[in-house]
Amino acid sequence: MTDLELAETGPAAPPRANGELVFDAPWQSRAFGVTAALAEAGRLDWADFQAALITSVGHADTDGEDTGTPDRYWRCWLDALGTVTGAAGQIDPARWRERAEVFAERSPGHDHDH
Amino acid sequence: MSHDHTHTPDPADPAIRTEAIESLLVEAGLIDPKRIDTLIETYEHDLGPLNGARVVARAWTDGDYRNRLLADGTAAIAELGYGGAQGERMVVVENTDHVHNLVVCTLCSCYPWPVLGLPPSWYKSPEYRARAVREPRSVLAEFGTTVADDVEIRVWDSSAEIRYLVLPQQPAGTDSMGEADLVELVSRDSMIWVRRATEPNPETAT
Repeated sequence: MTDLELAETGPAAPPRANGELVFDAPWQSRAFGVTAALAEAGRLDWADFQAALITSVGHADTDGEDTGTPDRYWRCWLDALGTVTGAAGQIDPARWRERAEVFAERSPGHDHDH
Repeated sequence: MSHDHTHTPDPADPAIRTEAIESLLVEAGLIDPKRIDTLIETYEHDLGPLNGARVVARAWTDGDYRNRLLADGTAAIAELGYGGAQGERMVVVENTDHVHNLVVCTLCSCYPWPVLGLPPSWYKSPEYRARAVREPRSVLAEFGTTVADDVEIRVWDSSAEIRYLVLPQQPAGTDSMGEADLVELVSRDSMIWVRRATEPNPETAT
């Protein structure tokens, strides 16, 4: 099993509670898992990703946002994932936006009955 | 519509964007969705759920125990030496092909500590607690769990007096596995039931 070196301290360090990674919402663990799966498959350079993450967190800091919260951190993570997969030609940012729009347009209540 | 859907997803919503980027990467054949689940489990600390996992593995391998567990969760769990929190009743609900169960505590974040250890942060989030009741399928989808339309989803609201534990379905092809090996397939998330119990690695299963 790949052992990803997640930073313990510093701006690229994910929020932890009692040593445990903190995910405040399911999408955060999903964003993490997608990135880890890509790295494990040899399709994402971990050092490049860490660098993109630090940059992303840096931008959020400049905007005056609290990057210590899980929500802000994992949004930065997601942006960094977009950056590196974009640079590698794996994800086209326009296609990503389109796909997000398609998902957003699914009608409310599409997934359950009353 | 019998209720008001106030939640209108925004394409800039990180949950939507995450789902979107995952779908593109999977379509491109760059990642295997099953590896995602396994990796999340690996990196999340897993103390405590081992007790619950042993209960589930015992129920999978011992039909009489399974029946006792569904009839009186507290007593059956205590048989394995777990329990001991003051006064809470454990109720175990079983997933079948037709019914899947999901556990939440809408009022706070009641959680069966003796069998599942520390609750994950997302379980305690107001967002999960509200959405699990309103739109369980969406919540499950965000965990990467799809449920067929003809399967009923029951959401169990834990309270100070009653804590629910889901008995997930035993993964296919594991009938010959021993209890000790089955324990490894049962994740904490599969007992709250936001994810199915793990399928064994096809390369190592016989």
